[in-house]
Amino acid sequence: MSGPFRLAEGGRIDRDRPVAFRFDGRDLQGFAGDTLASALLAQGVHQVATGIRYGRPRGVLSAGAEEPNALVQIEKPFPEPMLTATTVELRDGLEASGLPGQGRLSPDPDPARYDAVHEHCDVLVVGAGPAGLSAALAAARSGARVVVADADTEFGGGLLGSGELLDHAPAMEWVERARAELARRAEVRLLPRTTVTGHYDANYLVAVEDRGPDAFTRQRTWHIRAHEVVLATGAHERPLVFADNDRPGTMLAGAARTYLHRYAVLPGRRAVVFTTDDGAYPAALDLSGAGVEIAAVVDARPEAPPFWAKRCAEQGIPVRTGHAVVGTDGGERVTGARLAAFDPDTGALGPEEHHDCDLLLVSGGWNPAVHLYSQARGPLAYDEAAGAFLPSGSVPGVHPAGAAAGLRTTAQCLSSGAVAGVQAASRLGLEATAAPRPETDPHPVPKGRPLWRVPDPDPEAPGRRQFVDLARDATVADVGKAVGAGLTSVEHIKRFTTIGTGHDQGRTSGTVSSGIIAGLLGADLSEVGTTTFRAPYSPVSFAALAGRERGDLYDPIRVTAMHDWHVAQGAPFENVGQWKRPWYYPQPGEDMEAAVLRECRAVRTGVGMQDVSTLGKIDVQGPDAAAFLDLVYTNMMSTLKLGRIRYGLMCTADGMVFDDGTVMRTGENRYLLSTTSGGAAGVLEHLEDWLQTEWTHLRVHLTSVTEQWATIALAGPRSREVLERACTGIDLDNADFPFMSWRNGTIAGRRARVCRISFSGELAFEINVPWWHGRQVWEALYAAGEPFGITPYGTETMHVLRAEKGFPIVGQDTDGTVTPQDLGMGWAVSKKKADFVGARSFSRPDNVRTDRKQLVGLIPAAGEGVLPEGTQIVEARVLPEPPVPMLGHVTSSYRSAALGTPFALALVKGGRDRIGQTVYGHVGDRLVPVEITDPVFYDKEGARRDG
Amino acid sequence: MMLIPCPWCGPRNETEFHYGGQAGVACPKDPYAASDAEWAAFLFFRDNPKGVFTERWMHRSGCRRWFDLRRDTATNEIHTGAHEDQERTVAV
Repeated sequence: MSGPFRLAEGGRIDRDRPVAFRFDGRDLQGFAGDTLASALLAQGVHQVATGIRYGRPRGVLSAGAEEPNALVQIEKPFPEPMLTATTVELRDGLEASGLPGQGRLSPDPDPARYDAVHEHCDVLVVGAGPAGLSAALAAARSGARVVVADADTEFGGGLLGSGELLDHAPAMEWVERARAELARRAEVRLLPRTTVTGHYDANYLVAVEDRGPDAFTRQRTWHIRAHEVVLATGAHERPLVFADNDRPGTMLAGAARTYLHRYAVLPGRRAVVFTTDDGAYPAALDLSGAGVEIAAVVDARPEAPPFWAKRCAEQGIPVRTGHAVVGTDGGERVTGARLAAFDPDTGALGPEEHHDCDLLLVSGGWNPAVHLYSQARGPLAYDEAAGAFLPSGSVPGVHPAGAAAGLRTTAQCLSSGAVAGVQAASRLGLEATAAPRPETDPHPVPKGRPLWRVPDPDPEAPGRRQFVDLARDATVADVGKAVGAGLTSVEHIKRFTTIGTGHDQGRTSGTVSSGIIAGLLGADLSEVGTTTFRAPYSPVSFAALAGRERGDLYDPIRVTAMHDWHVAQGAPFENVGQWKRPWYYPQPGEDMEAAVLRECRAVRTGVGMQDVSTLGKIDVQGPDAAAFLDLVYTNMMSTLKLGRIRYGLMCTADGMVFDDGTVMRTGENRYLLSTTSGGAAGVLEHLEDWLQTEWTHLRVHLTSVTEQWATIALAGPRSREVLERACTGIDLDNADFPFMSWRNGTIAGRRARVCRISFSGELAFEINVPWWHGRQVWEALYAAGEPFGITPYGTETMHVLRAEKGFPIVGQDTDGTVTPQDLGMGWAVSKKKADFVGARSFSRPDNVRTDRKQLVGLIPAAGEGVLPEGTQIVEARVLPEPPVPMLGHVTSSYRSAALGTPFALALVKGGRDRIGQTVYGHVGDRLVPVEITDPVFYDKEGARRDG
Repeated sequence: MMLIPCPWCGPRNETEFHYGGQAGVACPKDPYAASDAEWAAFLFFRDNPKGVFTERWMHRSGCRRWFDLRRDTATNEIHTGAHEDQERTVAV
């Protein structure tokens, strides 16, 4: 026996499979098929958690995902915070504990696998209750590709816990027949344990499938694009608001019925049923039939529904109409309910009477689960007859059905589901007919009369123990305070009171709070409305959303052909876009500073080599290629001769520097552009934009070839000697192979395109070989350079060397607000061309201001260290009162082996006219004197580039 | 996740596309004939309506072609079919 409250037979639990679990340190037992909540209730455990604000004991209110109270922390088999006991499937070895409204993240990494699935279907049916299954059957029989997703472990929805009959047999037999037929169809996919959490544009839905701790992937996120969506998401019962309505043992009437029929659990021995809706009567009758003593059905309405009143009389259940429960007694469990005569029109209460009970069932009517419909921008409207917000208007391709559309009986749900399935199929152009609907219990359509709040008999603190949102511990008094503060919008009151912001998104409290607000404001509920429903419908773990995109797979990692060599040398890597670039190559005992100084010295005095394969490369072909390049670069490219290379600067239309690189003419109508490593994709997009939308007359083709060419920079006064040993087929003499030209040769038996380009100011070559041969040619050059002490260098040394020459790096020394003129690169802006991108902007008033920030050099005063990049530059030795005028900031800053001093590049207002002046860098709480200099620190006359 | 009809590849997920802002903003034929204010209007000023908007999209992960699309900015509803090219109006 798994607990004193478990019936000897019945339910959908597997009595042959007892399950041992642990809750709050107690070893307990349930059955397979139980939830944690049903297993606890079977043991008589009602208090599961405590409230978030007041720490009051909290029990199990519901039997599903709408649960506001019973929050648990799962410790084993894997730690998960803040689940609801009503949705946790009982498993062997489960360990859990109740939570005070908030969970704890596990410090341990999650070892489980998560995955994503992309699905396309004709019809997605959300919810597999009577409406959803009818819709799925109708759609599937038409030949449509159908997906059925349901959050529960079993299909059936409300039928799982209602104990009703279909075609004179238990309804679950019909459910099983429907499920089996769907499963047989090749075009149907059934997804139990799958919660649809979001309904986005154009019927794109996201669902999370829980596959359990033993599955290969614990959870899968489904991304579903559906032509048609049937929303058969059911409805949630509303609790009633009265004093101390949060005591454990207070439960929704429908939930108690579910615990009885689905789990064979009696949630108590003696119950008071408080309702304003006919729907609570079947629960009272079923529980009574199962042995629960019903002390009274307390109906706030003046008259009881005759159909149900008669049945209650037959079973000896007293019905008290025109009464309300005004309060409860007890501590960790309800021990009694206090009743009073109640006039719903005036709110007047009569004298109180007390009824002992250990279970208080409540039913305030039903809220259709309109969350997904609302997320899909479907309008909602308050329906007076239904006493709830219902889907109104229409959303193309979205079909609310069943209880989600406000319908109450199983017969209505079956019919409306079938209609939705037929409608969905016919929108797809398929022929569909609804099958005859199974025969249902002949019950009248339940009616209700909303009662948003029972008057509080406590004159001392009215409404302070009348809980509206149990998850947030928000009371009627809190709503009153919000309205008293002048708030009238339901959205504002939500933020003021936090109602509806809990893990349950206010499923049980949303409409109730709107009703209370309307009452306090004296407004119509249809005007007050509801707050906006937002995804996710229920909490989703980050791990499920991340899927496999974590760790190394978080973002693509791009590596060059020589990457493994760099790894073997122990180089740390710098991320440049998605590229991994060697940062420096430390030798034993060296730190970064020492390594970089050594690498810099080697390039300035001997020879170094760098992997520059990551530079973007774009092949430009076509009869109008030269004209095109003249339009996109600031300088003239059409005069470039075959075999020659030119530096080029690219601006956006606003005249700001966008990218730079070299242009190599490789054929009559063919050029190879290089771009910055991080800017390659953006440059290609920029070029394509202009070509496709403005200059459609130009016949030009652009192809990214970044990953076709491995590129090696060979730099330093001895680089020519290294190349002489390694390369054949090129006369390396200055006269035959001048600066800014390229030649084809052979290195290590591989065809190589060798360029004379220098980013360090030294004699330098860039060797391009097909990517596949990159490693081989790299190693050949390294071997050829060994007699000269060839030194591989990384991005840091490259940065220092180029900064010593005053070469800016786009994106480091520029930030999208810097013109070529600001950089002192007016020489790269053609005066001869009629137009090019950015040209007109150079004469905009803002771009000819004399106080624009300009690129200059900075030398800190003797004895000062390296200025941090980003350091603000100020005028005076002593800071004036804020706001302090800023002159500019440091963009690049390094130690220099060649200069023997730290140095920096900076953007400084009117900087070129300030050369020679001393200004101050604000470092920590100090002002460091710095001298403004020309940005070119090293070899100003360019004497070293020819070796 | 909008379903965007690429004229070349058919309907594809929004994540395959790159947004290009308002469509029909032509670069002045002779930029030097434009006043500073007119040039600034071309560079920086765009409409931002609530409702149907003709805008540029590029199918970045597909054919890489730019095309115009009419979309309701309030509902993300995409209006397909013929539409007259709308000349851009920007108050200078």
